[in-house]
Amino acid sequence: MTGVTIYVDNRPYEVNAETNALEACLSLGMDLPYFCWHPALGSVGACRQCAVKQFRDEKDTKGKLVMSCLTPIAKDMRISIEDAEARAFRASVIEGLMESHPHDCPVCDEGGECHLQDMTVMTGHDYRRYSFLKRTFRNQYLGPFVNQEMNRCIQCYRCVRFYRDYANGKDFDNFGIRNIVFFGRAKDGVLENEFAGNLAEVCPTGVFTDKTLKRHYTRKWDLQFAPSICAHCSLGCNTSPGERYGKLRRIVNRYNGEVNGYFLCDRGRFGYEFANSGERVRAPQIAQNGTRGQATKAQALEAFGILIAPGASLIGIGSPRASLEANFALRELVGAERFFAGVADTEWKLANRALDLLRHSAAPPASLRQIEHSDAVLVLGEDLTNTAPRGALSLRQAVRRQPFEQIAAKLKLPEWNDHAVRVALQDAKGPLFIATPATTKLDDVAAETYRAAPDDIARLGFAVAHAIDARAPEVPRLSSDVAALARRIAAALKDAHDPLVISGVSAQSEAVIEAAASIARALKVSGKTAKIFFALHECNTAGLAMLGARPLGEALDLVGQGGVNTAIILENDLYRRALPRRVDAFFAAVPHVVALDSLFHRTCEKAQLVLPAGTFAESDGTYVSSEGRAQRFFQVFVPAEEEIQASWRWIRDAMLAADHQEARAWQSLDDVLHTISEYEPRLSAIVSAAQPAGFRDEGQLIPREPHRYSGRTAMLANISVHEPKPPDDPDSPLSFSMEGYTAPAQPPPPLTPFFWTPGWNSYQAVNKFQSEIGGPLRGGDPGVRLIDAAPLEQSSYFASAPPAFEARSSEWIFLPAYHIFGSEELSRHAPGVAELSPKPYIGISADDAALLRMTQGAQAEVKLNASTYTLPVRVIDGLANGIALLPAGVDFLEGEEFPARGTIRRGL
Amino acid sequence: MPGQEKPLTKNIRPDGTAPDLKAYERAGGYDAARKALKLDPPKVTDLVKQSNLRGRGGAGFPTGMKWSFVPVGKDAPHPKYLAANADEMEPGTFKDRLLMEGDPHLLIESMIIASHAIEADVAYIFLRGEYTLSAERLESALAEAYRAGYLGQNIFKSGKNLEMYLHLSAGRYMCGEETGLLNALEGKRANPRAKPPFPQTSGLWGKPTIVQNVETLCNVPGIVANGADWFKSLSYTADGGTKLYGASGKVKRPGLWELPMGTTAREILEEHAGGMRDGLKFRGLLPGGASTDFLVEEHLDVRMDFTEVQKAGSRMGTGTMIVLDDQNCPVGMVANLTHFFAQESCGWCTPCWSGLSWASQMLDALEAGKGKPEFLDYLAHETKFWSPGNTFCALAPGAAEPLQSALKYFRADFERHITEKRCPWS
Repeated sequence: MTGVTIYVDNRPYEVNAETNALEACLSLGMDLPYFCWHPALGSVGACRQCAVKQFRDEKDTKGKLVMSCLTPIAKDMRISIEDAEARAFRASVIEGLMESHPHDCPVCDEGGECHLQDMTVMTGHDYRRYSFLKRTFRNQYLGPFVNQEMNRCIQCYRCVRFYRDYANGKDFDNFGIRNIVFFGRAKDGVLENEFAGNLAEVCPTGVFTDKTLKRHYTRKWDLQFAPSICAHCSLGCNTSPGERYGKLRRIVNRYNGEVNGYFLCDRGRFGYEFANSGERVRAPQIAQNGTRGQATKAQALEAFGILIAPGASLIGIGSPRASLEANFALRELVGAERFFAGVADTEWKLANRALDLLRHSAAPPASLRQIEHSDAVLVLGEDLTNTAPRGALSLRQAVRRQPFEQIAAKLKLPEWNDHAVRVALQDAKGPLFIATPATTKLDDVAAETYRAAPDDIARLGFAVAHAIDARAPEVPRLSSDVAALARRIAAALKDAHDPLVISGVSAQSEAVIEAAASIARALKVSGKTAKIFFALHECNTAGLAMLGARPLGEALDLVGQGGVNTAIILENDLYRRALPRRVDAFFAAVPHVVALDSLFHRTCEKAQLVLPAGTFAESDGTYVSSEGRAQRFFQVFVPAEEEIQASWRWIRDAMLAADHQEARAWQSLDDVLHTISEYEPRLSAIVSAAQPAGFRDEGQLIPREPHRYSGRTAMLANISVHEPKPPDDPDSPLSFSMEGYTAPAQPPPPLTPFFWTPGWNSYQAVNKFQSEIGGPLRGGDPGVRLIDAAPLEQSSYFASAPPAFEARSSEWIFLPAYHIFGSEELSRHAPGVAELSPKPYIGISADDAALLRMTQGAQAEVKLNASTYTLPVRVIDGLANGIALLPAGVDFLEGEEFPARGTIRRGL
Repeated sequence: MPGQEKPLTKNIRPDGTAPDLKAYERAGGYDAARKALKLDPPKVTDLVKQSNLRGRGGAGFPTGMKWSFVPVGKDAPHPKYLAANADEMEPGTFKDRLLMEGDPHLLIESMIIASHAIEADVAYIFLRGEYTLSAERLESALAEAYRAGYLGQNIFKSGKNLEMYLHLSAGRYMCGEETGLLNALEGKRANPRAKPPFPQTSGLWGKPTIVQNVETLCNVPGIVANGADWFKSLSYTADGGTKLYGASGKVKRPGLWELPMGTTAREILEEHAGGMRDGLKFRGLLPGGASTDFLVEEHLDVRMDFTEVQKAGSRMGTGTMIVLDDQNCPVGMVANLTHFFAQESCGWCTPCWSGLSWASQMLDALEAGKGKPEFLDYLAHETKFWSPGNTFCALAPGAAEPLQSALKYFRADFERHITEKRCPWS
């Protein structure tokens, strides 16, 4: 990235030689308006808003209007933003866009964070001369997440470019001509793409907006924010949740150049409504003698303290979706030997194996940005679209890398010239190989797919490793087809600059994970810098594993042996983690159960003491993502119910009530972090994931609220007219107010609650927080990586390949099928997510359906793990014969243990 | 010698039938193709360069130079494409229709030569869907050419291959724009593409492509057969060759005539078109179809070539003139044209999709006697707003031309619509 000098309004600046004039000016912090350009979508030159004057040399006084987004940087180029003709032209463009625009700002959801508003003000156009009728449209129903109001459209084409070009969606397009272009579906219906929610941020006006926000609408400036981390999968996308009146209103993307960039998936964006659901635990509950009643905090702590009095035999079950701090506090309370993971046994074994391999594999874990920049990828056994959705979006960009190098770069087309690059690349795709039991949505961008049982997928993986490095173990009795595929994959990975192997826990197979690690090692041995990525399932699975939690099965056994007085279950419903009969036995065998959670569920029903845990938005903490990135999330608001508090505080309070002296040291989050880093050297870096509570920027706190936040005194006036002091926050340098270190000043990225700067009220403000457009945030992207590649010598080739899978007649291997909507525990309580979640089914191949003489929808009798179900058949395209799929985490199937063997018969 | 040879229309029959392959060859057809195939491709391009042939689709770009930007030789990407732009939709233009209906083999032969020059593997005739007779004739001629071994594998036994397809457009003026045509061929919306990169390096399916107007291509066999100097000698001016000039409007004899390039407007109008119909007076003309500026009485002695017309403040464009008489309202004429352009806007760039709609509504209001005085300022502002470079393609700048020149030459008529609150011609 070389720098050259250019002149903007006769002043010299040093800019990136490879970019275009618009990005250069924006990177310099200048105010240049634009619409159709987007940092992740590149330039197409449609809207003409970014016009500047370009001059041949100093003597040229006339100059020529050019579109800065399509003007490459050239050494000594001279442009002018302030030129009168350029300004007049840009104002005329706004005039054109305003022709049919409804001017319904006061009732438009976008008002206050509208890029069109901002650019209109920036150009100074303020007078309507168009005196004719405005063109209008009929709006479509597009599903529960995205609202459409087409009259506001300015035909910038960002939506269709994001949906079709970037996210490869098929059911959204632009129709029509002239000033009557319509952006939507051919027919009303739920948008099928899992990233459709990004339309709400990509659309610069109020055409596409967050439909969930609309149900409890609040202006952006009236929301309270905090820097947060998505709790709905293991990728750790950064978010900015917004709250008002004690209710979470919406989630928007929070830029992290290394992780989520500019986009979120729909589960992460719309799953937040679980926090407002009727299932919330809002007060402590004590159950005694068959009755369950509300208790005060004092009563609850007294009861808790009694249960954990010295001498009591305790176990603690930690949570893959609770913070490191909460899990650690529980571990300290019960002791490391008595601290277990609230995760299904198979998954736990695999997650630990994956982390172990990451530490020893000589290939560093890939961040999402690195996934996006890989130019050859093999996916073993993982359906990323459903288990790590934002990662699937990154893969869709990765497949353009090799064609870009081979085609566009040869034509000297810069990557930002999206228009030209897409013409040159057409449908060319780089090597992406996907080996999974069933079809996945990513298949449409895959070079080749392989459908097989997990053992066979592992065999393919081991064969690839052997084809790369002959010292890796050979796979015996491999079919010639698969051997040839392995050689093709090996060649593609070896030829690439940035090869990547992706796997995860979903296939329920240790061999698959080991095969992936073997490939990474083989590439490293061959002199390639390979990367590896293991998709775990929940936002802190990795963190819980790093705390050394023991398998759940051991806890069930221990309790079964008798002698355990109290089980403390942290943010978890055990009925999702093991078979109902095993969990029933567990609860029957332990006299006292304490459950801490935000939602009431079957485990809470079994608990004598239920404590209301704050959600991710009502507490602070640290999650560790699949990449091994520790990131801090901060409390967005203080809930109205005083009793709700962070889980770690409950545990701390209980320890104090039971006179555990060490808890006295934990007054604030920093204290807990400090203790963790002392006890767990491998986790010591988490302290630097964010600044401590004592941090001040120029002596000031960082406000959670925009400076225009209104109604602070009025909103509680019905309770008391006396203005209350804003709550203190001992856990962070953020304030629950609008006062403090405000924009245009920029707090450090881990502490930035939302992106705003004067004149830039929409998400586009993030431009000003980057030193290069689309690059890292100024000050560094949030998060600290806890795992890096081990030296080559430390790793070695792993166990050899398993034998080939043999389908047995009348017996199937049952595997979980993960659904982006429905499989994850918290988000499924959001109404929109629930609407799109599947009902239980049994998924079998077309061959197996024919064998059973069953068709789609027919009722089947399914037996596995000593349970019998009646389930409708779903014929799954391309599913390997002998494999059956059950939707993971859905309804009464949520406790099923995998992998399992069982039978399927025609139902009666 | 200018005036005598008519290489474009020599085979065109008064009875409206077209020569078949045998008749075409008897008249000397396909000799040029055979000759060209024996030459190195760059030599053919050079020949065309020297002839000063310029594009007759409206832009007037030097054809040989355009071809020279296509990478040739062993390192060139393949497949490469030639597309004949037969999507003749410029209002007032009907010259390509005459050539395709009247002498389809001329187009095919020219495309064989052009394909050879750029080493194209596949050629398309992108034909306006409404030209049904042209479609029939071209299909028939293509079949004959394939049967004769002039298309397909080993054409003319040269060892080279060339596939040629007839593609019917599904509509839209934008398909006649070079890059819109490429998008349409690819099955996409006929939006234009940004240039650079130019189609010569990244065109159809991202491969090197030449898009060329039918009339331009039809000049090529003659150039190969007779040489660059011969071609230059056919013209009155520096731009080589003959030109199919046309005239429509209320003239005595609307039609098409093949004349030396650089014939004056007056000669076309008065000699060949017979002047205005009895009782009507000449007010102005659009020299090259709808997207050109008006020329008026004082310009009639301008020589109609690319350079001279530009000096007079207009463009030759397609060379088919639309003539305005004094019994027709200039505002109504421009309103009609602007409505066409507004409707044909693809909806991609702001000045075009927003501005043309607004201008069209203002002109309709003026015609209906509901125009406001400030409309004239707004219209003038809009025509500047649509200047070349301000928009993404040439549609809106083309639409600006009749409007801005009408405002200049017929301003009094516009003002009468406002003051009299009606169209004075109604």
